[in-house]
Amino acid sequence: MGGAYYMIPEESETELFSPKLALALFWIFLVAGALTIVGYLAVPYATLAELTGNSILETMGREFLEQPLPTKLGIVVVALGFLFNLTMTMLKGKKTAISMVLLIGLWGLAVFFLFSFYNPVNVVLDKFFWWWTVHLWVEGVWELILGSFLAFVLIKTTGVDREVIEKWLYVIVTLTLITGIIGTGHHYFWIGTPEYWQWWGSIFSALEPIPFFAMTVFAFNMVNRRRREHPNKAAVLWALGCGVMAFLGAGVWGFLHTLAPVNYYTHGSQITAAHGHMAFYGAYAMVNLMMISYAMPILRGRAANSNKSQVLEMWAFWLMTVAMVFITLFLTAAGILQVWLQRVSDAPLPFMVVQDKISLFYWMREWAGVVFLIGLILYIASFFVGGKEEKAA
Amino acid sequence: MSGAFTKSMARNIFYGGTVFFFLLFLALSFDTHSQLPKRDMRQNITPQIAEGKKLWEVNNCIGCHTLMGEGAYFAPELGNVIVRYGDEGVKAFIQSRPKEGIPGRRSMPQFNFTDEQLNAIVAFLKHVNSINDANWPPNDQG
Repeated sequence: MGGAYYMIPEESETELFSPKLALALFWIFLVAGALTIVGYLAVPYATLAELTGNSILETMGREFLEQPLPTKLGIVVVALGFLFNLTMTMLKGKKTAISMVLLIGLWGLAVFFLFSFYNPVNVVLDKFFWWWTVHLWVEGVWELILGSFLAFVLIKTTGVDREVIEKWLYVIVTLTLITGIIGTGHHYFWIGTPEYWQWWGSIFSALEPIPFFAMTVFAFNMVNRRRREHPNKAAVLWALGCGVMAFLGAGVWGFLHTLAPVNYYTHGSQITAAHGHMAFYGAYAMVNLMMISYAMPILRGRAANSNKSQVLEMWAFWLMTVAMVFITLFLTAAGILQVWLQRVSDAPLPFMVVQDKISLFYWMREWAGVVFLIGLILYIASFFVGGKEEKAA
Repeated sequence: MSGAFTKSMARNIFYGGTVFFFLLFLALSFDTHSQLPKRDMRQNITPQIAEGKKLWEVNNCIGCHTLMGEGAYFAPELGNVIVRYGDEGVKAFIQSRPKEGIPGRRSMPQFNFTDEQLNAIVAFLKHVNSINDANWPPNDQG
């Protein structure tokens, strides 16, 4: 959200429609989010459901959509206010391709969230539309948001012509949506939906790595063709890293288990978890870290942080990224063993017995997680490191 | 990527392609809906099963378990748990969870369900087990 507030006014070359609204929504969102977490921690989930009126409209207790009803409604209100603010900003200023793609992404996000209010008694229908929120977010509209932020930072840091970058952006988001929308089918293999989804889902989601690969090529290509040396090297590193890790995590690790005959054995195992970890970090954590890295120094009145601070930030980049690679590898190893012991071998073992046998990999994953945390602390610390700074351009 | 291929062509392909594939997705979804009644056993859904689904949700079972492979991968798959333990086995298992957990390993909490609630949960899990989900999972271990 912060990234969008930064980017849309800059792209539109005008002030945000209403900074006051943005500020108010920030606090509402923060307080509501904090209260929800307090609710999760303070009382048992069933009590929380009762207190927050789940019986009025039953929406809770589904993966990722666990939020109590008031929180879900709050998300809608805040999202609409946020979108109103950004859309009005764009309407009164310049309408660039980058802000168009971002706004389409954000509007899509809001529209598909509405499916979280639909929870029929029929569990197959419930799951079918649950994915309209979950899949069409992460493998649809969020990728538009990702692509547009990436394009924005690349324009700013490389000085490559806007026409070229925006053309790439359109090509990438086209590839994303033509593969990703039907790619929803890879969730419709084993939940009671017709078997033809095994074909549609396998074929289209096998193509889903292509937009991610294009994104990586795009980022490297633009940086190689740069017309200026931007002093914020850390932000450029995040942009390149984001492309690579999104391709590996979402593209490669996604492809590993997306074909229906493979997925028959890997569905709902630690393989899925491995893919989820790297894809989320690569695509969505890194793009945020990139935006913060780019915008924060400028907001504090300088083009880039001092060399000392950037070196620390790059350490943070490598620690977090390498740790995430190991987390993914350990979970993949755990997943392969789990699939073998529980599903493929001649004498399949019970879930809990298998979990016990693969616990070594969980411990190794835990240690990789500690390294990741150290990286994250360094990232935050890097903003407080002084030294000689580049003057604002 | 240069010369004849312009930004406005890329933009038109983006809008056209998106609309086309979204419509295709809608068409497939529509067809799925016409086929689902034969697969999802909706004619068997009773108020008891609906109550079981509600209990499944408000106790956040999906926060650990998976159902037809979806959920958190921390506890066993329950889409076919009835096959593994049978009705009475499932009830006995849920009732016998120690309050304090089991030292040294993960263990399910004690939810203190009434008999009526346990019956509803079992009815729901039996219903899920009856859904035609293309023979998933591969074996009874889930």
